[in-house]
Amino acid sequence: MPTGVDAYWLRLGTTMLMYGVLAMSWNFIGGMAGYPSFASAAFFGLGAYAGAVAQKYGLPMVVAWSLAGAVAALFAAALGFALLRLRGHYFAIASLVVAEVLREIVNSATNLTGGGMGLNIPVPQMASIADQARFFYYAMLGVAVLAFGAVLVTQRSRLGFGLRCIQQNESAADMLGVNTTLYKVNAFILSGVFVGVAGAVYASWVHYIEPPDVFDVLYSIKPIVMVLLGGAGTLFGPLIGAALFLSLEELVWRNYLSVHTGVLGLLIVLLVLFLPKGILAFRLRRT
Amino acid sequence: MTTLLQLSGVSRHFGGLKAVSSLDLSVDRGEVIGLIGPNGAGKTTLINLITGVHPATAGTVRFAGEDVTRQQPWQAARRGIARTFQIVQPFPEMTVLENVTAAALFAGGLAYGERAEAAALEHLQFVGLADVAGKRASTLTLAMRKRLELAKGLAMNPKLLLLDEVNAGLHSTEIDHALALIRAIAARGVTILIIEHLMKVVLNLCSRIVVLHHGELIASGDPQSIVRDPRVVQAYLGRRYADASH
Ligand SMILES: Nc1ncnc2c1ncn2[C@@H]1O[C@H](COP(=O)(O)OP(=O)(O)OP(=O)(O)O)[C@@H](O)[C@H]1O
Ligand SMILES: [Mg+2]
Repeated sequence: MPTGVDAYWLRLGTTMLMYGVLAMSWNFIGGMAGYPSFASAAFFGLGAYAGAVAQKYGLPMVVAWSLAGAVAALFAAALGFALLRLRGHYFAIASLVVAEVLREIVNSATNLTGGGMGLNIPVPQMASIADQARFFYYAMLGVAVLAFGAVLVTQRSRLGFGLRCIQQNESAADMLGVNTTLYKVNAFILSGVFVGVAGAVYASWVHYIEPPDVFDVLYSIKPIVMVLLGGAGTLFGPLIGAALFLSLEELVWRNYLSVHTGVLGLLIVLLVLFLPKGILAFRLRRT
Repeated sequence: MTTLLQLSGVSRHFGGLKAVSSLDLSVDRGEVIGLIGPNGAGKTTLINLITGVHPATAGTVRFAGEDVTRQQPWQAARRGIARTFQIVQPFPEMTVLENVTAAALFAGGLAYGERAEAAALEHLQFVGLADVAGKRASTLTLAMRKRLELAKGLAMNPKLLLLDEVNAGLHSTEIDHALALIRAIAARGVTILIIEHLMKVVLNLCSRIVVLHHGELIASGDPQSIVRDPRVVQAYLGRRYADASH
């Protein structure tokens, strides 16, 4: 039997890994390419619903999760070709709208998604509640490891180098032979695929989803705060930021739920003003 | 000699403004051409039009026999058209070496890795920036940034190099250095089109000069005939220059 403490830490650990996936993913487009995306919630909700609907039609859980990743990736590709022609805050605003649009679509596609009633996801057959909690912890760990691997490979590749060029001076990058549209779309796909899988895993984990829950704008904002907190464009910054953020959330904000979004907004402003390169910058500056 | 670049009736309008209008120009392989003209004549626009930054609104651009009128800048780079910017455009937070490596990698066709870096270092040695290779590009002086632009242009392994006022803002010893560099690049067989306000540089370097005025090509010929051409004197060089050169 699980003790209460074990269950608490498993839940926190799973959440931590999920935040890590969100932050690492945002880092591809926001940190490496320098495009402030607010589309994370769209990918998360899309992945959650894709996974849930696929399971509703009888697909095995892990297959449904993979399908959710593919759906998120395809959606990111299509969206990227449309939106990434916009620069800076125009892109940011356009990406912010996407989750709202998807939420409305899911709301009205009642036959498929249950609409505002939400959707139940079949509970996996397992010996105990504790086994289930452990299973989803390892599932989320798997997604996080995949995302981290993708970050690692990207940073040491032509793609990562090209994204850094775009982030610093897009027209100069273009002039030097970087196919900027293609590179940005690739970064956007990478920023969507793991979030989509994480959304599907989340849906299976909590057994029940509804549009306002998985398309919550906070899923777009939190990863940005985490990455800014830890250090944009870096390897470990997003993970450190995710850990810091979750600690803050657990220690402080659980008790002040009503000011949640306001505090987040304030934190973003403070970060951008005083710590534009994140916590990691302190260490880098000294060396 | 074979034609490398062929512009036929190209125009570029910005709204009602004809920045370049129905211009014909053909550049042979190995030529070093000077492009001169007063401020706002359309010189930079001509480079933007060749490189796909602002594609021609009419006419065609052919490069190495291929119609490239509608190409994107990154395609121009990979085809072998390199340009330096009138206002230098480094990647500020990257090192000088990384800046040149990017050029070798994306336009020069080298694979990601140490080979590209080694090639970049060679180009930095060539322009005399090897000792600041590890510094951030934003810390360089203007003269160094101009040389960095040259190194980037070279690392792109170009067939055609378009230089937009690489000497603007430099003093005379720095200009002499840049001149020697450009001459060495030309000696490698790179075709060069250079926009330049300093007649000393143009006369020193170019086998042919073309003159742009209000977006139109008003003269083209060898340096001697250009400085005596009355239209050029009137539009650009001014009487004083014509008197002095006699
Ligand atoms: N992107 C643009 N949008 C609108 N007008 C432009 C644009 N680029 C250039 N122009 C206009 O086109 C004309 C030619 O400009 P261009 O920069 O080609 O001149 P230039 O010969 O390079 O001048 P300079 O010697 O000052 O560099 C100018 O009147 C300029 O204002
Ligand atoms: Mg100009």
